[in-house]
Amino acid sequence: MAEAPAIELRGLARHFGERTALRDVSVLVPAGATLAVLGRNGAGKSTLLRILATLLRPHHGEVSVLGESLPKRAFAVRGRLGLLAHEPLLYRDLSGRENLRYHARLYRLDPARVEQLLEAVRMDSRADDPVRLLSRGMVQRLAICRAVLHDPEVLLLDEPRANLDPAATDLVEPLIGRAAGRTRVLTSHDPQAALAEADIALGLRDGRPAFLSPAAEVTPEQVRELYS
Amino acid sequence: MRTAVAVLRKDLLVELRTFETVPAMALFALTTFVIFHFGLGRATLSGQLAAGVLTVSVLFSGMLGINRLFVTEREQGGFDAFLLAPVDRTSLLLAKAAALFTFLVVLELIAVPAFGLLLLGPSLGPALPGLALVLLLADLGIAVIGTLVSAIAVHTRARDLIGPVVGLPLLIPALIAMARGTAAPLAANGAASVPLKWLEVLALYDVVFALLAYAVFDFLLED
Amino acid sequence: MPPTPNYGKGLRGLSLATVVTLSVAFALVFFYAPLDADQGFVQKIFYLHVPLAIVALCGFVLGGVFAIGHLRTGERIWDMRSYVAIHMSLIFAVGALITGSIWAKASWGHWWVWNEPTLVSFLIVFLLFATYQPLRFSIDDPERQGRYASVFAIVAAAFVPLNFIAVRLAQGFVHPRVLTLGGGNLPGPMRLTFLISLAGIALLFATLWKYEMTAKHTRMQLRALRRRVLGEDTVRPLGRSAAPS
Repeated sequence: MAEAPAIELRGLARHFGERTALRDVSVLVPAGATLAVLGRNGAGKSTLLRILATLLRPHHGEVSVLGESLPKRAFAVRGRLGLLAHEPLLYRDLSGRENLRYHARLYRLDPARVEQLLEAVRMDSRADDPVRLLSRGMVQRLAICRAVLHDPEVLLLDEPRANLDPAATDLVEPLIGRAAGRTRVLTSHDPQAALAEADIALGLRDGRPAFLSPAAEVTPEQVRELYS
Repeated sequence: MRTAVAVLRKDLLVELRTFETVPAMALFALTTFVIFHFGLGRATLSGQLAAGVLTVSVLFSGMLGINRLFVTEREQGGFDAFLLAPVDRTSLLLAKAAALFTFLVVLELIAVPAFGLLLLGPSLGPALPGLALVLLLADLGIAVIGTLVSAIAVHTRARDLIGPVVGLPLLIPALIAMARGTAAPLAANGAASVPLKWLEVLALYDVVFALLAYAVFDFLLED
Repeated sequence: MPPTPNYGKGLRGLSLATVVTLSVAFALVFFYAPLDADQGFVQKIFYLHVPLAIVALCGFVLGGVFAIGHLRTGERIWDMRSYVAIHMSLIFAVGALITGSIWAKASWGHWWVWNEPTLVSFLIVFLLFATYQPLRFSIDDPERQGRYASVFAIVAAAFVPLNFIAVRLAQGFVHPRVLTLGGGNLPGPMRLTFLISLAGIALLFATLWKYEMTAKHTRMQLRALRRRVLGEDTVRPLGRSAAPS
């Protein structure tokens, strides 16, 4: 028997007042697969990620993450998913280590996990500097540590490689790359790169799905049209 | 509870790193005393007048702390980070109220002796026990209402306005009790004990709004 | 949109009842109720002032009760009920403060007196609820606006009795009270007149509340229809508003 899908959306809609941010979004992401969400700025990518992260409640349709229906069972999936948002979600005046330790306490994790991750992204030497003094690439590496700190089953990645140089990209690969074996939903400013590491692609235009197909079958025309 | 402790620790750590809120509150209180000296045209105060000046100074300084309480959470993603974690959301109320309470107590540890030095006519020593009792009870109420109002205001466009404008009238019962309760220990002809009724009003205020805040706080976090 | 009750229903009957009751009340005030021995004719403002104040206070608390309904069910209609109740109460409260001021000037010689705890408490409650509209106006997202406004309304409703206790205790001496709020120690004809006035003002509140609910509801339905018929893009989006929509 096939494993239950990690993420299942049926007819999802979300409004902000009278403005429709998302409408009629239906997707099925099997466990361990990667969904790439493409679209221009304001197409609804971040809204979709925030709904999956339980930060926004859906207005219509069914949303199920890891077999739990949202928003009712949101508490059951929190702690099993990791969100790498646009903002790093780190306190600027605290150091990277202090930030991560705070999160480790929220998730009831061993502080040793913090050291392990800091080492993995080569941030251990700058870990005691306040975040506001770090470069964007370093902050992004810390943010990635924060997102995977609790070893989540589902990763929600909003432009995960923004501000990272090639060396840093290789460093974080084991954490957020396909090799990590987690179910992933990702957006990217680079549609080709996103398609290359995705199994399924969802194109959003003004909050409505423009296409939904296996990533390999998305044509350059479709992508061009989406961003035009 | 462990979550609340973690959040409180983080808040105190941020304050220790930045030294933004509490020093500003203390300086503000001291400046207020100077203004009252000139505004009232008096070198020393006692009784009800002293109690009123102290109450207003603590209130205004407290307002600074209330305004800033959730700003880092809002601007640096603290809300999202907290809401993503599998924790009881009410612990944020608990932690923030505890942080604000701590700030207020530290403020008073500076402001009250300074008040005794600068403005108070009768000596501060005999007044201290009664004063401390009233102030602690009042701080509790200010912390609870301040946290609630701050959590509301931080998501509004004019948050610097909405916080004080909603907070002030809500705090009036506690401030009445605080101003009237501290008048007796600060009396010119020797410190008297605090009338029981003001302690009761403060306790009632604290309990009612603590329970109410506990009941409604979650609705301020949903989205 | 879920099927919604017909708000216009019963409005005519309610309006008629209000007009009749208020007319009877005013007739009683002018022709039946005896002149007060000390204060003379000006005391008759009492029949307007006290009912306005009572109804406004009840309206504020009612707004809090409706707000509980909103937070429990998540339905916008409760938010609208709460909003309209508080909005109406604010208007009634202004009336109560103005009539109270006139009464104070006429009988005590000052436009405002601090030693009447009921009046002072009322002013504080008014000041608190007066922040309800600015608070709403300052929140853009309509859902958040409704939720935050409800939290405020509940807290503010609980504030009403606490505030009365604190202000009451703060009065060194209690002003000799000519009349208590409930009219308990009023002579018979005054008492009857007062109760009918109170009923009239309460009915007026109910009618106005219903009118505003109906108007808001109709506007909402019209808008929904326009959006459906003309398309979502042709109907201009709503501007910033403090009112639930």
